[in-house]
Amino acid sequence: MDIKAYIALSLTLFSIGIIGVLTRRNAILVFMCVELMLNAVNLLLVAFSKMHAASGIAKASVHYASDAQIFVFFIMVVAAAEVAVGLAIIVMLYRNTHSVDINFLNRLKN
Amino acid sequence: MNIITLIFILLSAMAVGSAVMMLLSKNPVKSILWLIVVFFAISGHYIMLNAQFLAVVNIIVYAGAIMVLFLFVVMLMNLNSTEEPARNMRLQMVGIISGGSLLLILLSSLMKTNKEQLVLMRVGDAGLIKNLGNVLFTNYVLPFEIASVLFLSAMIGAVVIGKKN
Repeated sequence: MDIKAYIALSLTLFSIGIIGVLTRRNAILVFMCVELMLNAVNLLLVAFSKMHAASGIAKASVHYASDAQIFVFFIMVVAAAEVAVGLAIIVMLYRNTHSVDINFLNRLKN
Repeated sequence: MNIITLIFILLSAMAVGSAVMMLLSKNPVKSILWLIVVFFAISGHYIMLNAQFLAVVNIIVYAGAIMVLFLFVVMLMNLNSTEEPARNMRLQMVGIISGGSLLLILLSSLMKTNKEQLVLMRVGDAGLIKNLGNVLFTNYVLPFEIASVLFLSAMIGAVVIGKKN
């Protein structure tokens, strides 16, 4: 499989995530679109690691393709921590304003 | 067309279609369920790339833990019945056009490249648990320990933020 197919798929998923962030108004859905963008990047990292393994440049090293997958693992770790804090913030906002519409959550603006 | 290409196209169509359905569905619970389908499709891609550890972790952490947390919060707030109020159509069009043009520009610049680089499918032992664990506990043991501190601080932060003052 060509790497271009994976890049195209990841770009499509990432752009769908961007469109969701820009158009949806529910804070939870915006947050889910951010998760989708993170996953698109993860898929791209894994595909690049397998491309690197196929290229033969890095065959001399022992861990020639594991580094990128460790990186994906750490992205998942950070995403889990981020979701815990972010959903706590959304719950607190809902408790104070009884809404998760991001157009009403503009108090920091003034 | 061989079987690998066929599976790739099927999984990609599943991922992109479910992502679009996630954006289009009005009900937040349905959006979450579509996003879980996207994560399963991405896990299928990981299995095709022989990244077995990441495939399992993706299902357990993303589809299992994070999405259930989202579902829990949505049902806790009882948002599943509320309709979004009348949206600003112009703002929405601006979002779609800007995101779509970003996709168009990136895809067209991708199509301009002519170097063929192949990806190893179904072979290679870089993604097996044995090798990843080896690397994680030798080269990356310090980031691993820092990640545990990060989790602890995130846990405390979530409790402090969520607490009634």
